[in-house]
Amino acid sequence: MSATTLIASEQHQDKPSTPLTKSLIVLLPFLFLLLAASMLPDWAVQVPKNWTVPFVDWANVLVEHLRDDTVFGLFSFRDLTRGAAELITWPLAIVEGLLVAGFPAIGLPAMPWLMIMGLAGLLGWHLRDWRLALLSAGCVAYMAIFGKWELSMITLSVVLVAAPIAGLIGFGIGILAVKRPWFESLVVPLLNVLQSLPHFSYLIPIAVFIGVGHKAGAIATVIFAIPPMARLTILGLKGVAEEVREAGKMAGCTRFQTLWMVEIPSARQSLLVGVNQVIMQCLAMVVIASFVGARGLGHDLLFRLQALKIGQALENGVAIVLMAITLDQLSRAAAYKQPSHVAPDASWLQRFPFLAAAALVVLGSLLLTAITPYAQNWPSQFTLSTAPFWDALVRWVTVTLYGPLQVLRNAMLLYVLIPIRDLFQGIPWTAIAALVAAAGWALGGLRLALTVLGFVLFIAFAGYWERSLITAYMVTVAVLICVIIGLPIGIWASRSERRTGIAKLLCDTFQTFPSFIYLIPVIMLFKVGDVAAISAIIIYALIPIVRYTIFGLRNVPAEIVEAGITSGCTRRQLLWNIRMPLAFPEIMLGINQTIMFALFMVIIAAFIGTKDIGQEIFRALTFNDAGKGLVLGLCVAFMGLTADQLITAWATSRKRRLGLA
Amino acid sequence: MSETKLACRNLWKLYGSDPSGFLRGQPGTPSIETIRVGGYIPAVRDVTLEVMTGEILVVMGLSGSGKSTLLRCLARLIEPTAGEVMFEGRDILAASEREMIDIRRHKMGMVFQHFALLPHRTVLDNVAFPLQVRGTDRQKREARAREVVELVGLKGREGYYPRELSGGQQQRVGIARSLAVGPDVWFLDEPFSALDPLIRREMQDEFLRLQQMLNKTIVFITHDFDEAIRVADRIAIMKDGVVEQLGTAEELVTHPATPYVAEFTRNVPHDRLLSVRAVMAPASSRTPETTAVRAHALLASVARQVLSSERPVDVVDDAGMLVGTLSRDSLIDALYSAEVPA
Repeated sequence: MSATTLIASEQHQDKPSTPLTKSLIVLLPFLFLLLAASMLPDWAVQVPKNWTVPFVDWANVLVEHLRDDTVFGLFSFRDLTRGAAELITWPLAIVEGLLVAGFPAIGLPAMPWLMIMGLAGLLGWHLRDWRLALLSAGCVAYMAIFGKWELSMITLSVVLVAAPIAGLIGFGIGILAVKRPWFESLVVPLLNVLQSLPHFSYLIPIAVFIGVGHKAGAIATVIFAIPPMARLTILGLKGVAEEVREAGKMAGCTRFQTLWMVEIPSARQSLLVGVNQVIMQCLAMVVIASFVGARGLGHDLLFRLQALKIGQALENGVAIVLMAITLDQLSRAAAYKQPSHVAPDASWLQRFPFLAAAALVVLGSLLLTAITPYAQNWPSQFTLSTAPFWDALVRWVTVTLYGPLQVLRNAMLLYVLIPIRDLFQGIPWTAIAALVAAAGWALGGLRLALTVLGFVLFIAFAGYWERSLITAYMVTVAVLICVIIGLPIGIWASRSERRTGIAKLLCDTFQTFPSFIYLIPVIMLFKVGDVAAISAIIIYALIPIVRYTIFGLRNVPAEIVEAGITSGCTRRQLLWNIRMPLAFPEIMLGINQTIMFALFMVIIAAFIGTKDIGQEIFRALTFNDAGKGLVLGLCVAFMGLTADQLITAWATSRKRRLGLA
Repeated sequence: MSETKLACRNLWKLYGSDPSGFLRGQPGTPSIETIRVGGYIPAVRDVTLEVMTGEILVVMGLSGSGKSTLLRCLARLIEPTAGEVMFEGRDILAASEREMIDIRRHKMGMVFQHFALLPHRTVLDNVAFPLQVRGTDRQKREARAREVVELVGLKGREGYYPRELSGGQQQRVGIARSLAVGPDVWFLDEPFSALDPLIRREMQDEFLRLQQMLNKTIVFITHDFDEAIRVADRIAIMKDGVVEQLGTAEELVTHPATPYVAEFTRNVPHDRLLSVRAVMAPASSRTPETTAVRAHALLASVARQVLSSERPVDVVDDAGMLVGTLSRDSLIDALYSAEVPA
């Protein structure tokens, strides 16, 4: 360990360039091109129109070919995709029938709401404790009492069907990647791109190949949730200790036995964290998939927002948020649950108390249903609505805050946003390409330089450079504000165990909300436009920077902090001389995540009228233009990946030099 | 005389782009510098050793000396670059995957440094695991597992999960698992280094107790020389992938082959290691006195008698013949001077 760091630092000293000259080399071409912008030929400032590579047309040719001409014997590719889509209707119908619709064909009603509540409560209790039981039972009760029953159960059934399918496919891909190196080298870059594609980009091909409707929404949800599971499967299986694998081998396991009986069970926790991710991604996507016609809470929310009925939209938002928190907590509890021994002479009841209780709940609720219909469906005359309350709140906000908010909004626009936008649009594209390539070279050598340069050139020649610049400017502003707000919050929260706990809980909770939800309060406060969009991005993208700052600061080795204290550091000196420098790589990774979050949100914010690349994607969705949607999606993904590649390279080398990695 | 159970001949393990090609291209035995300059990392270099049936061979060295790699080559968990590994007279490097699985299912057991238990299985299921994978039916394998669990002193804990046990108890499970199939060869990879010193000692005693009952052929890896002395029949000291010396603890102390071995053995408490024979002075043949001590006794066991005697004490062999005398001075020299009589 120490030997390798020693060698690494020696090698580092061998390089002729010191950090200062290095950053100069990175910045010089950029500065030169920027300052000489007025003297440069036009082609070097703006991407010439006739340089545009027709990626969109190529993609459309491919899509059309697949859609119309690809025929496998008796059926076409489109028949294949539609046929595969048909497969999801069956489980969907069954789960929806169980939860809400019933089975009229065989005269069976849906499960009574009391039964669902009881089972949800039991699940919470079984997975953790009575508090989780209360949360999950309460969540179900809320849906029933506040008139969200049907919508929420439809949303839930999509999640319950999509999550296992996505989970299994992702799991399979992950296993294959771990066992076959060639497959891994193929699939990991693909996963990187897929995970940086904005939600809408998934919707467009679905609309083209499958059509529009509830089923298409469910398929989009499945596809969207596959990459995180695949990634966490790879991570989990690779994380199994070599010794454990060897123990399996020495026990005489065949390859299959090693995988099935040793590796997968040992990676159980990472895999279940993957399942948690899948469930949360499904919920986020099923809300957004309402754009292609997925029914449920998201669809209703979208409808209300379009009608600017903020009160009712908020009511739906609260229901989605509640469902998100509950699903997150339940799946998290499942991941962290550890088996415990039971006494060898335990009875059946002691061994399976929850199974017995579940049987009891089922019987009891059926019995109650026989006595009163109220046990089957919550009586509609007792349904409560919180919409009046939210409406009143919205009215109050509009009346009292309108003036100051207008001032804030105009000031933001005039003094911050417009100048920065103009600045961005004044930068020659060659300067940006030079900057990115030089940074790539300095941080990771030729390979990284070529990769990120390739990303930038793709965006430039795809023909959406100016739109991309608007996206870049909004993300930059939002990320800067996020850092300005988030860093102090993180520092403050890292000061004590209690504050960390609170901040982490808040971060965890806010992160479970489907991103679309964040548009509701923003529309309420700022109506539409750039300020509204940037505000939504800031709220959403604040989470990772706070989280990583706390994590970085709290994970500075205690010994080094103690060394600082015994050297007589004040708290301020401790922070700036010891904690911050050591936590900085981690904080940079947080900023990286913030950029990714911001890119996701900026596209969704197209819904409230931005003029950037997201708006174009939105339009592509409306016109079912799959090729354009794909190319634009890749533009967004490449922006994110450029930042990601550069920052990750920097943070890893920095961590290694600090001896932290 | 016992026979060779496990042996390796000219065993090599190099890491790098094409280690076997590199090794074939070398005229003789390449030196460590040649290997490093060639861009390869040497882990095991030209090791030849034999383990006799029922013997405990301890391979000892500091971290990075290649001892764990050597062990893994012997168990064929790692594919050696060159050389032979002979197990019961056949080269297991030539065995197919299927045959190797079969050998491991019946003849090999291994204990790991960090226990390597399966977290989702109870103690009983962990111990029964090697039997399960070879297809023993449930009743039989659980009966056998119960037997072994009791043998390692964990009776009553069969239903516990690994995380509910202490480190020492977890390693008992690891030992039980490695013994479940009744292996002939028992590999132990630093089995006690992750444990507290007191527990470590207790586990060493436990290990010796088990070995007395089971009489396995053992390859035991450790970085702790005291542990090596306590458990070993013979010790191999490794450095930079090479076995510097192989012999009994006494031989290593009295006749270190290299300065490295000498450095290693310098601070070992000699009284529990050296026998009377190693430090006695020769004596002319005469009838020994009745107070004579045995030549193979450890110095610690005769120290009191020798130190309280005015005159040198007679030393006799097992047949009762006089072979030498041991004086108070030479005893003190042997115990307290840095230099060990050759």
